[in-house]
Amino acid sequence: MSRLETIISELSSISNNPRKAMEDYKKETGKGSVGVMPYYAPEEIIHAAGFLPVGIWGGQKSISKARAYLPPFACSIMQSVMEMQLEGVYDDLEAVLFPVPCDTLKCLSQKWKGTSPVIVFTHPQNRKLEAANKFLAEEYRLVREKLQTILNVKITDEALNQSIETYNENRKAMREFTDLAANYPQIIDPKKRHAIIKARFFMEKSKHTAMVKELNSELKSLPVEAFTGKKVVLTGIMAEPNEVLDILKDNGFAVVADDLAQESRLFRNDVPSGTDPLYRLAKWWQEFDGCSLATDAKKSRGPMMMDMVKGSKADAVVVCMMKFCDPEEFDYPIYYRQFEEAGIKSLFIEIDLETTSFEQTKTRVQSFSEML
Amino acid sequence: MTDTTNMSAKELLGFYQEELYEEARRAKKEGKLVCWSASVAPSEFCVAMDVAMIYPETHAAGIGARKGALDVLEVADEKGYNLDTCSYARVNLGYMELLKQEALTGKTPEKLEKSPAARIPLPDFVITCNNICNTLLKWYENLAVELNIPCIIIDVPFNHTMPIPQYAKDYIAEQFKEAITQLEEICGRKFDYDKFLKVQEQTQRSVAQWNRIASLSGHKPSPLNGFDLFNYMALIVCARSKDYAEITFKKFADELEENLNKGIFAFKGNEQKRVTWEGIAVWPHLGHTFKGLKNLGDIMTGSAYPGLWNLSYTPGDMSSMAESYTRIYINTCLDNKVKVLSDVISGGKCDGVIYHQNRSCKLMSFLNVETADMLQKENHLPYVSFDGDQTDPRNFSPAQFDTRIQALDEMMKQNKEGVSNE
Repeated sequence: MSRLETIISELSSISNNPRKAMEDYKKETGKGSVGVMPYYAPEEIIHAAGFLPVGIWGGQKSISKARAYLPPFACSIMQSVMEMQLEGVYDDLEAVLFPVPCDTLKCLSQKWKGTSPVIVFTHPQNRKLEAANKFLAEEYRLVREKLQTILNVKITDEALNQSIETYNENRKAMREFTDLAANYPQIIDPKKRHAIIKARFFMEKSKHTAMVKELNSELKSLPVEAFTGKKVVLTGIMAEPNEVLDILKDNGFAVVADDLAQESRLFRNDVPSGTDPLYRLAKWWQEFDGCSLATDAKKSRGPMMMDMVKGSKADAVVVCMMKFCDPEEFDYPIYYRQFEEAGIKSLFIEIDLETTSFEQTKTRVQSFSEML
Repeated sequence: MTDTTNMSAKELLGFYQEELYEEARRAKKEGKLVCWSASVAPSEFCVAMDVAMIYPETHAAGIGARKGALDVLEVADEKGYNLDTCSYARVNLGYMELLKQEALTGKTPEKLEKSPAARIPLPDFVITCNNICNTLLKWYENLAVELNIPCIIIDVPFNHTMPIPQYAKDYIAEQFKEAITQLEEICGRKFDYDKFLKVQEQTQRSVAQWNRIASLSGHKPSPLNGFDLFNYMALIVCARSKDYAEITFKKFADELEENLNKGIFAFKGNEQKRVTWEGIAVWPHLGHTFKGLKNLGDIMTGSAYPGLWNLSYTPGDMSSMAESYTRIYINTCLDNKVKVLSDVISGGKCDGVIYHQNRSCKLMSFLNVETADMLQKENHLPYVSFDGDQTDPRNFSPAQFDTRIQALDEMMKQNKEGVSNE
């Protein structure tokens, strides 16, 4: 196995087995893990405490126990997170950080069924005002206080600023990776691309950065080969389960860029420079754009995606619509119209973590491939 | 001007509702500004600047109640709005689309022509506030971009911890200042702070009369049926910053008090059991839900929903105003939500609770299981839930509703007879 293959295989294995990653971290450092719910929580505060931030993104799962607590019209990702809470999957976490940028998360933040303490905070939505930064920095100050108490550690400004640098370094490496991956679709297929990115959620970030940097330089040393398939940009919350990505691959699609909440939206902006780390983290949210969960009366998401399509020379956009995610559903008619006006083709597929039958997705992707 | 002195509360309600729509249409004709507003967004700023207001949620509810929702829902559907999203939003975005088509082509689309709701003009700008849901942010983003108009946002962050911290009130008060700056720009003139204070005082007088009505359901038997509040709600939404609301609510409260003194009660015959209704009304099936309860001898004397507009604050104090707009029970943690509902149930001397699992409203549905459980532990009252929707008539099954309320009625009867439900 080449070094490149080894790195890809290691990262894929981590992304498929968060529990082992948590156990390994405990063995190495003696410290536990803190869960991070979607979307856009300041993981850096957990990192600065020396604990492992672990992303909670549900999983492919049939829903039974959660039915008693959530009606069927709750989004697929939260159905699966609720199911896993009830199964005790998250009970080894020291705490769970819980942002509430949508109505579903507001409710879910009040009904955690696991045993870990939950730390809730609210992102401001009138984001371009300076007052929003102040508000969010204050929310983060309380998050830090609560974490300090629960984890029994002091989180200094200095440690936090260092963690921000560590995360920015990772973001930079990730941006380089997604750019490179677009040139090597024969090596980085959609599933591998996703796994390499997802491993971020279960690794101490500097370790992940080191591996991704190595991967990047391995990739760069290889010749770029002509790609005969079609290039697409993914948009939405996430593009799971893996079957969806396999269908894309089997139909000759390469993912050349993404606008997914689980992927590039997390690292397309760095945390800005400054001295007060909590203010810096708050400012990240102000500068962030193009996500259904970050209010934007100018709706820059469509134009941003169109730039992405242009920049990555993509043939089309694949809309990965999280089932019952109303923020994403509200964005769709607007950017769909903008795509139509600009002559950008798009394919709508539904993301349902519960499903085990992918025939419909297969058919849609196949016919879309023929159409392009 | 129409003489309103001898009008009954019901007549005043109809008169002022129509008057508000007429004012907006007139404003548009005269080239004055029209604003579309979220139902619990602060109305004080725009009213102080003489902007004509339209409230799409109330308008959508009206379309639903007049059985006109399906036509406009279809338009939203064609635009790519998923059936899973809020039906108020879809009705309004569909309706907006028809108005837009009319403005662009000069021809009135057939669906707009035959819509049973009041005709409303397109807005020059919109104002939204997320104290009752974040959907109102997404919906208004879309209105603003589709019509290429300014959007004033008042963001009231979810209160995960009570009491409300000062830094949250400061953030909201800062947005009030920003809203004023935006309004000055939109209107092209300085903000009228003197009028603003008067409008705040007016709002307080309207709210006081509104609360006076709501408190009357505490009498047993009750002179007020909670379903009446669903109807009168139109004015606390659309006219709380004008005297229209105060005049109408005062009249209604006076009438109810007079009835109470005369021994005339809301339930003709004898009210047997009293229920709390948690959630928004099922507008397209309002009659069915009302009659269903009535036929069982049940009256609704508790609802937290109209209490959303209990916006009491100190005029002149922006921090106090900020608090009143953010403390709305569905914008607070579960413990506080339960506390508010508990007061509603005991205030209405209720024997049971009905929870509306509203397909359109995730925020008012996803905590119902926990809320019901906590409340029952506290008050031992029976409860049921049913599946419905505020304006999409397809998401409500009359048969299921009937079965559920019959079960509730049965449990309430047993409770009254001293048989335990546990």
